[in-house]
Amino acid sequence: MAGMVDDPVTIEDARAGAGLAAVWRALSAIPDPEIPVVSIVDLGMVRGVAREGEGVVVRVTPTYSGCPATDLIVRSIVEGLAAIGVRARVEIALAPAWTTDWMSEDAKRRLREYGIAPPGSAVPGRSAIDVRGISPLRRSDVTVPCPRCNSTRTRLTAQFGSTACKALYRCEDCQEPFDYFKPH
Amino acid sequence: MNDNARFEFLLRMGDNALVLAQRLSEWVGKGPVLEEDIALTNVGLDLIGQARMWLSYAGEVEGAGRDEDALAFRRDQHGFRNLLLVEQPNGDYAETTARQFLFDRWHLLALGAMTRSRDERVAAIAAKAGKEVAYHVERSSDWVIRLGDGTDESHARMQRAIDGLWMYAGEGFLPDATDDAMAEAGIGPDLAALRAPWREGVAAVLAEATLALPADDFAQRGGRQGRHTEHLGHLLCEMQFLQRAYPDARW
Repeated sequence: MAGMVDDPVTIEDARAGAGLAAVWRALSAIPDPEIPVVSIVDLGMVRGVAREGEGVVVRVTPTYSGCPATDLIVRSIVEGLAAIGVRARVEIALAPAWTTDWMSEDAKRRLREYGIAPPGSAVPGRSAIDVRGISPLRRSDVTVPCPRCNSTRTRLTAQFGSTACKALYRCEDCQEPFDYFKPH
Repeated sequence: MNDNARFEFLLRMGDNALVLAQRLSEWVGKGPVLEEDIALTNVGLDLIGQARMWLSYAGEVEGAGRDEDALAFRRDQHGFRNLLLVEQPNGDYAETTARQFLFDRWHLLALGAMTRSRDERVAAIAAKAGKEVAYHVERSSDWVIRLGDGTDESHARMQRAIDGLWMYAGEGFLPDATDDAMAEAGIGPDLAALRAPWREGVAAVLAEATLALPADDFAQRGGRQGRHTEHLGHLLCEMQFLQRAYPDARW
């Protein structure tokens, strides 16, 4: 993941208590508060890390506008980096808007194992809005396989699940309800 | 362009989201089925998040030291700039659904236009909010169809709800001097131009729902200028109670 974001300072340059590679490692250990099998780095929420004075500034993009976990995540970053001796400031970046296309393949695999169907491909063009009001759930032709039995005979129950980022589905074969991480 | 117009424009966007979110929160714990209780809460949460982004920016543009909380909790009803539609009471589930459907369809078109705003912050908020609202539109449209094309009872109630709220549906397409200034500056959308695509989308859903498109296009206006129906004051009483009774209370 580190390759896709700004990493302008090498570990040798870092005058902070730890190098930026160590900072990225620490960030990768911070779980999403609601889906602990994936980290905030896995989700693509951490957009960049840069040196700032004696500490670092971590650029974070929220997943959903009203996600109640955002404040907790900011606090976890500050505390997580303090634990390795790095003073951190968190900067919230709104643009470009967060998309599930930033999620790593490994994270998708872990989601599936956890019982959450991972997101399919989101909208082409990160900020494109389909003003007809057809969400990516119906725009894509991709079927959502059941994370338990792999059946593709699944059905949307509701566009919203236990958190804003998930939709509710049901498998027509094993009859189990499951969460689908919405393409976004 | 002056900053007062931009402040007003941002308040209008923020207040739409805030007031509707407060209405949706009234359903929490008593939705008709669990999935809907959860969906209403999720939509409300998205809108609260959007309201925070708009009102924070409004406070910065105003430059009078008011933050999102001061704007949300310390303004009286005449200071609110939301559409009359979003302050209407929840009523039965058909009315809640109709209100959401009519608003969502306007909201998505307005946000879609704002992603091309010359104000980068407006464009960023619109791009983020628009992705969320696409799901809102799909859900509320689904429910209009499900209830409209459902039983005789659900059909009758859905039609009554659409007819009853229709007079509030057109306010978002009636620009005033603030909107003209924003559109001219390339910051806000050309509201009148949103009417045709809105009508087309609404008509298609109503047709699939076997519901009639109301014939009378009279539109009551005033909310965006601070003249509200009697319902907003009651909503604010509850929403603002804590900060009014215990100013600056924190938890």
